[in-house]
Amino acid sequence: MMLGKEQLDKIHNTLTENLIGSGVKSVMLIDTAGNVIASIDNAAVSLDIYSLAALAAANFGAMSCMAKIVGEDEFSLLFHKGQKENIYFSKVSDDFLLVNIFDNQISLGFLRLKMAKVIEELIGILAK
Amino acid sequence: MAFINLKDKVLQAKIVYYGPGRCGKTTNLEYIYNKCRLQVHSEMVTVKTQGDRTLFFDFFPFDMGKISGYEVKIQLYTVPGQVKYNSTRRLVLKGVDGVVFVADSAAERRDKNLISLRNLEENLVLYNKNIYEIPLVMQYNKRDLAKQGVEILDVETMEKDMNSRLKAPSFEASAVEGDNVVLTLKKIIYETMASLEKELKQEQAK
Repeated sequence: MMLGKEQLDKIHNTLTENLIGSGVKSVMLIDTAGNVIASIDNAAVSLDIYSLAALAAANFGAMSCMAKIVGEDEFSLLFHKGQKENIYFSKVSDDFLLVNIFDNQISLGFLRLKMAKVIEELIGILAK
Repeated sequence: MAFINLKDKVLQAKIVYYGPGRCGKTTNLEYIYNKCRLQVHSEMVTVKTQGDRTLFFDFFPFDMGKISGYEVKIQLYTVPGQVKYNSTRRLVLKGVDGVVFVADSAAERRDKNLISLRNLEENLVLYNKNIYEIPLVMQYNKRDLAKQGVEILDVETMEKDMNSRLKAPSFEASAVEGDNVVLTLKKIIYETMASLEKELKQEQAK
């Protein structure tokens, strides 16, 4: 899979404006094989993004298998709550996932609203 | 499925170490991780059981530096070898670009090697990949067992068992002693990069 400069710039812009601009600490667009497509943070965090992407893709894959066992096609979003940091995963398409890391200053509802907009934009960008 | 970022000129490819339980997949990765510190810039991720067996995978990204102007990152994974963990093996194989099949040289493990190789072939089919076409390197591991008086299979037998039709490059190795571990890695990286280059040219010709 190959993405050009124009697509990657658009991805960067939508993630920055909608998510980092709303207080998300770090956001990653990854593929379901665990590759990092785009990664943006607020410069206040330093994460091992490649390990996180590998684990996030595996986690999502495992949850999809669990969904099938309980009779669901899939769980389209996953949320892990920590004491200070939270992780929110959302499926963009069959091949792409979005991973957000944020603290307790942002509500999950607000983030979900932002994510709906971002995912719509990403689907358009990635389809080209 | 390798990913090429044309903006930052980064290529990410996925290589998976496959094989039966206790054949030395994790030991291969641990040796590479410890020996090649300059090319590994993160911690090795291991998802294992309480009994120290691989539950999901081991992982770290291996930086190859620049090749043809592109920063090449090889994502190295192992799978859990135990038969019961097939669903997790399948997940790890998703998007694989190259495979090292680690076979156990111990004579008593002969059948386990064959079962695992068949399992690899079946799981690759799920992702529309063919074991005869994907970059593959065979590693006949645990050659050091002979020094401890354990009966091992001779290389000709292992070749005949597993590689007579595949005809993949193969190496005798001892992951615990580090023999041919890096050579195996270099070979699979070479094979994977050559295959990706060929795919790219075919794409561009369309």
